[in-house]
Amino acid sequence: MTSLSRYTLNRIAGAIPTLFVVIAAAFFIVHAAPGGPFDEERRLPPDIERNIERAYHLDETTAEQFWHYLRGLASGDLGPSYRYRDYTVGELIAGALPLSLWLGAMAMLLALIVGVGAGTLAALRHNTFIDRAVSAVAMVGISVPIFVLAPLMVLIFAVFLNWLPASWTGTAGPLRLVMPVIALALPQIAYIARLTRASMIQVLGSDFVRTARAQGLSTVTIVRVHALKPAMLPLLSYMGPAIASVLTGSVVVESVFGIPGIGQFFVRGALNRDYTLVLGITILVAVLVITLNLLVDLLYGFLDPRIRRR
Amino acid sequence: MNAPSASQPLWQRLGESRPVKISLLLLFLILTLSLAGPYVSPHHFAATDFDGRFIRPTVDGFHFFGTDDLGRDLFTRTLLGVRVTLLVAVVASLVSLGIGVLYGATAGLIGGKVDALMMRAVDALYALPFVFFVILLMTVFERNFWLIFIAIGAINWLDMARIVRGETISLKHRAFVDAARLSGLSAARILWRHITPNLLGVVLVYVTLTIPQAILVESFLSFLGLGVQEPQTSLGALVNNGVGYMEHAPWVLIVPAAVLAVILFCFNFLGDGLRDLTDPKNSAQ
Amino acid sequence: MSQIPSPASFLRGRLLSLCLLWLIALLGCSEGPTSDSSYTMLQRGNGDEPESLDMHKTRSTEAGDVQRDLGEGLIGYTPAGELVPAAAESWQLSADGLQYDFSLREDARWSNGEPVTAHDFVYSFRRLVDPDTAAVYVQSVEQIVNAADIVAGNLPIDALGVEAMDAHTLRIRLQQAVPYFLDLLTHPSMFPLHRASVQVHGAAHARPGNLVSNGAYRLTAWEVGSYIELERNEFFHDAANVAIDQVRHHVTSEPMAELNRFRAGELHTTRTIPPAAFQQMRQDRPHEVRVSPALGVYFFGFNMTKSPFANAPTLRRALSMALDRETIVEKIIGRGEAPAYGWVPYGTPNYEPRRYDWAEWESEARYQRARELYREAGYGPDNPLQAELRYNTSDTHQKVALAAQSMWREVLGADITLINEEFQVLLANVMQKEVTQIVRLNWNGDYNDAQTFLGTLESTNPSNFTGYNSDEFDTLMQKAATRNDPDVRKVFLEEAERVMLEDYPLIPIYFFVNKSMVSEQVRGWGDNILNYHYSQHLSLDGKQGVSDL
Repeated sequence: MTSLSRYTLNRIAGAIPTLFVVIAAAFFIVHAAPGGPFDEERRLPPDIERNIERAYHLDETTAEQFWHYLRGLASGDLGPSYRYRDYTVGELIAGALPLSLWLGAMAMLLALIVGVGAGTLAALRHNTFIDRAVSAVAMVGISVPIFVLAPLMVLIFAVFLNWLPASWTGTAGPLRLVMPVIALALPQIAYIARLTRASMIQVLGSDFVRTARAQGLSTVTIVRVHALKPAMLPLLSYMGPAIASVLTGSVVVESVFGIPGIGQFFVRGALNRDYTLVLGITILVAVLVITLNLLVDLLYGFLDPRIRRR
Repeated sequence: MNAPSASQPLWQRLGESRPVKISLLLLFLILTLSLAGPYVSPHHFAATDFDGRFIRPTVDGFHFFGTDDLGRDLFTRTLLGVRVTLLVAVVASLVSLGIGVLYGATAGLIGGKVDALMMRAVDALYALPFVFFVILLMTVFERNFWLIFIAIGAINWLDMARIVRGETISLKHRAFVDAARLSGLSAARILWRHITPNLLGVVLVYVTLTIPQAILVESFLSFLGLGVQEPQTSLGALVNNGVGYMEHAPWVLIVPAAVLAVILFCFNFLGDGLRDLTDPKNSAQ
Repeated sequence: MSQIPSPASFLRGRLLSLCLLWLIALLGCSEGPTSDSSYTMLQRGNGDEPESLDMHKTRSTEAGDVQRDLGEGLIGYTPAGELVPAAAESWQLSADGLQYDFSLREDARWSNGEPVTAHDFVYSFRRLVDPDTAAVYVQSVEQIVNAADIVAGNLPIDALGVEAMDAHTLRIRLQQAVPYFLDLLTHPSMFPLHRASVQVHGAAHARPGNLVSNGAYRLTAWEVGSYIELERNEFFHDAANVAIDQVRHHVTSEPMAELNRFRAGELHTTRTIPPAAFQQMRQDRPHEVRVSPALGVYFFGFNMTKSPFANAPTLRRALSMALDRETIVEKIIGRGEAPAYGWVPYGTPNYEPRRYDWAEWESEARYQRARELYREAGYGPDNPLQAELRYNTSDTHQKVALAAQSMWREVLGADITLINEEFQVLLANVMQKEVTQIVRLNWNGDYNDAQTFLGTLESTNPSNFTGYNSDEFDTLMQKAATRNDPDVRKVFLEEAERVMLEDYPLIPIYFFVNKSMVSEQVRGWGDNILNYHYSQHLSLDGKQGVSDL
């Protein structure tokens, strides 16, 4: 246990330089892109432009701005948003994050339940009709892009059938969650089902499962006791970044359903050159990815006792 | 304890699996059509006809798949889109295979500090704002078709690297690898004879997952105006354009979407079939 | 593996409990019904999220529409787009056209009940020009005495030519006569500000709970990325005539999604109608499609500073004449836009727009002439023009560019390459004028006067996209700017437009229209060129409006 906690501490210590590299690289990439947060077709008169640049420190060199940004960051200040001028980046993220996390968690849970279930089923019925059917349905989930699926769902269930609200504000009840969660979960279901099936087939064919079967253990016991844990390994590697991306929302799902989440802030922030907002979300994503990948690596040790840690 | 290797070369055994055969045949057919089609079709892919907009699929005037909102022939454009999309698929999977497998296996095998450092680099790359990365690529360098592939490849290998690393670490400690090590096999030989064949299943399946991902990333780039330039096109761009007409000219959406789906199905069954054929345990079943 | 029994039994145990958990979580998330049907509630699709509600930090139409509900300037508009007294009851203009005296209404109140005074206007105008405010839209005060020098930091803010003569009399002195000055006063940047709350809350003064406003509505909620909610201001001087109790301005950044929300009955009005769905809407719901001329022009600009278009008026003219604007307008956009053969839109007051003399020609005659000019410029089948047309990411822009490309190929044999760029990249390129050749752009007037269009072509204007630099044009514009007599000014402006059109620095393609879906339940929606629709003028027919499902 001590080696495990030392390992965890090492990883957390290692996260700080990683985070710094991400912030520095992102800062300079974002500032190097052409255009600026106040550029529009209607140009600002020079005097006004100067006043705005001074107010937002845009008249400083990129290095000075970076120093400014780091100093603010050290005191927990992500800076003001350039595009949403009445709010700070911290306030915007704090406002949108709970909803994004909530929707993302529901979608991921749904994807895990359905995906692992379907993938295991397909593996147990390897090369039968059920297997093919699961694969085919999974492929539909992957090959129909969200930007087709989401408007199609709205058209059918909201406009034609009027069963579900077309947008987040269409109703206050839980029905408004149905389409966004499904739209977020569908591609993930497909990926998870495919990965589960592949590794489950491999595990079911391995020596220890065959030994177990020779001993007359039932399939349920074999899957639950022997196969499920090792079969989850490749899935785990995938889950870290996947969860991070689902939790931080999807710009397509959010703009189709009018959901005030993190995803639209990121893409619109990028298109509007809202430097601070993009950086703030980048940091959020980095923290999520690093944390989740650490959790995944710890889980690896739990699921696969053969991995010894130094 | 030994992982048995195939007695015949892989390509000779391909014919044994019907899904693989059908998939290969279909892909070959689509590829041939997409290469030859634009020369055979009476319509140029960029030719507009403002009096012939939204023609339903018909044999009259050889608009087999109908026309789009500018009166352009969808048959020709779909075939053109197939080319780009297949290219994206192939390049993305090669990049993801090449960099991802090598990087992941190296990190997993060496372990320790090197592994930690390599994986932190992957973490950092995950978090970087991808959209800006692409915008910058497009502005710093002359605008170029291949930049799109580089951009797509650059994000696609990350997942692969993580998955391969995880699998490698797990394999490294399996009994048969320990046995091989005890029997005095060299590290390279262990990697080649024992680790690689066992990695192959997951890797192949993941490549088939990478392909649709790459295709969707390409269409997202088109959506941002950073993808293939009109009047050139890709299946993703065609689908994207068709979404707006899903009600009153559904074929503009359905035709490219169906072709995209067929291609992805083929890759999927191909991946599954290859996985089964290369499974070290398969011959024992 | 055929001997394996049903895997369902395995799935049953753990998975079922997870499913249950998920369902409980799903239901637990609901907030329950919140609707109280005693209210009349208007749901407006407002397009993108407003960048701010601070009157001095916005210039987008999305922000303006919310701000016009919240605040009230000296002057307002009727639903038909005519000027009407608002916070000011009456005004007098001095004989030289340089001094306005406004008498404010005595019954004007802030949303906290305090009276609105001339001092609130003075405070707001001074804050607007204060360099420390970093206001984004100062064009509206530009012509007030000393405004430019204060913005530049050369004079203190109290040097501004605005004075409160007493609590209800406001004097504004101008540097020169501005015939459209009353129109400028309708802009949200010229609304009064509640000094005490701005000073206490600073940058956060425009949030629910902090914002004190003087318009028909007050701010009650702001879910960034979702909606802004307003409730009627009981203290508003005309509150008796405000029919709608509550207004939500929804963020609808995706036009197709906005339309679907309208069709599902969740919105009463929309910001726009996507071209792909327009014909269908016109068929299915003709009474709810509202289209009216707008103050904007869609055009291709040439880079006048670089080859091949610098010093090539013949070539530029050939390209302009070869474009079939009717086809673009009818077949590609198809929402009632007017083909543009000039720069200043129809419907601009006190102005007669100039048009190309070939606007009325048969298309074959036009093409014939275009081909002659193209040859004259030194191009032909063996030596086709090779150039790049840049446009920013959008369905409409892409389609217009593709159509133009094919028209130029068919009529002239020109070989034009399309380059799609992200908007900020395009803007940066346009301003640098290094790599651009032909660029798609549009220009929207923000007040109803020819000056807002012609001014952008002056050589010193920061929004001069083409690099057009004509002494003759600049001189005419100068003359127009210094003439107080509107009839004389009109002559100079019209002559300036004629001169510019003859030089072909740009290809006008079409004049915009305002297009919205407006539910049949909505009453009082007027069509006007500025596309202003104050919620206070609207009412909902009979029953509770949008279904709350």
